[in-house]
Amino acid sequence: MKVLRLGIGLAIVFAASWALAQGMADKGATDKRRSGTQDMGEALQKMQDDDTANPGMLFVQLGGQLWGKAAGAAGKSCADCHGGAASMKGVAARYPAIPKDADAPVDLEGRINLCRTANQQAAGFPPESRELLALAAYVAHQSRGLPIAPPDDPKLVPFRLKGQDLWKVRQGQLNLSCAICHDDNAGRKLAGVTIPEAHPTGYPIYRLEWQTLGSLKRRLRNCLAGIRAEPYAYDATEYVMLDLFLMDRARGMMLESPGVRP
Amino acid sequence: MANVLVNAPKTAKRGSVVEIKALILHPMETGFRPGPNGRIIPRNIIERFTATWNGTEIFDMEMSPAIAANPFVSFFAVASESGTVGLRWTGDEGFVVEERVAIAVE
Repeated sequence: MKVLRLGIGLAIVFAASWALAQGMADKGATDKRRSGTQDMGEALQKMQDDDTANPGMLFVQLGGQLWGKAAGAAGKSCADCHGGAASMKGVAARYPAIPKDADAPVDLEGRINLCRTANQQAAGFPPESRELLALAAYVAHQSRGLPIAPPDDPKLVPFRLKGQDLWKVRQGQLNLSCAICHDDNAGRKLAGVTIPEAHPTGYPIYRLEWQTLGSLKRRLRNCLAGIRAEPYAYDATEYVMLDLFLMDRARGMMLESPGVRP
Repeated sequence: MANVLVNAPKTAKRGSVVEIKALILHPMETGFRPGPNGRIIPRNIIERFTATWNGTEIFDMEMSPAIAANPFVSFFAVASESGTVGLRWTGDEGFVVEERVAIAVE
């Protein structure tokens, strides 16, 4: 009898503490998603937060210089059409998007190159070129601190769904999908490194391993090579589709561009 | 276009130790990598970083290919008089960048 009573007592205490924990979880952190920043060491987090120590800010500075520089046959600079940087606030939070009179979505770098070829009448920047990354970083930096807010364009839905399929499909010699690591095993270790949840919160990122700024495309190519799959061609729409899916998956999370990653 | 980020205090107490931090953008090439044609790509690094306080040298650093592409340098100096801290990076392929920051000593 005494044992039973103790058992019931313990059950009540357990139930009460469980309810309390649930209540706290509802109040504070219902969103359990983690940005890659939270999985980095303290030193790297400080590096990212300090605008004079974050090497990504060098590219933001360069992007600012390019923003005001006339280019192409039209002789126009970005600033001639768009004005100051403030006009770019929130843009990075909603890309990729479908440009006017187009059928397929483009990412931020693609949009910059569209502007360059159509409006400035200049040659597009090569993928991962310093100028393209600098302009992308400059634009993305204007959205720092804003929540990721993909547009509710119905035309985007099929592309996003294809992105989701790509996320889930097994590929490469290791026969892994993105989801196996970043959904099923996120937070666990791969060798000594914490597997991040793969939210595109800080792109373009300054990756210390790269010693330079890189786009989400480069990061995806890296992952594809890691699972020993053949990376898609640089101009493949697969990257944009994955970008669309990932931005939707990270909806509401805060942008931190330019991010620093190990 | 030079891209430099300097973090130095605008004011300092006389005799106090101040920290000066500088970060620079540089398209580094180690000099060890072969290019698409199999030949070694020529080295392109920052070779030297010097800092002066009102013209007097206070910090000097020699750099090597093992140092980060966009080197972040932090050093300390005693604030003895108001003036300008001059930072100078020199390297391969005629790379020269100069930057100045003013520190007022009270």
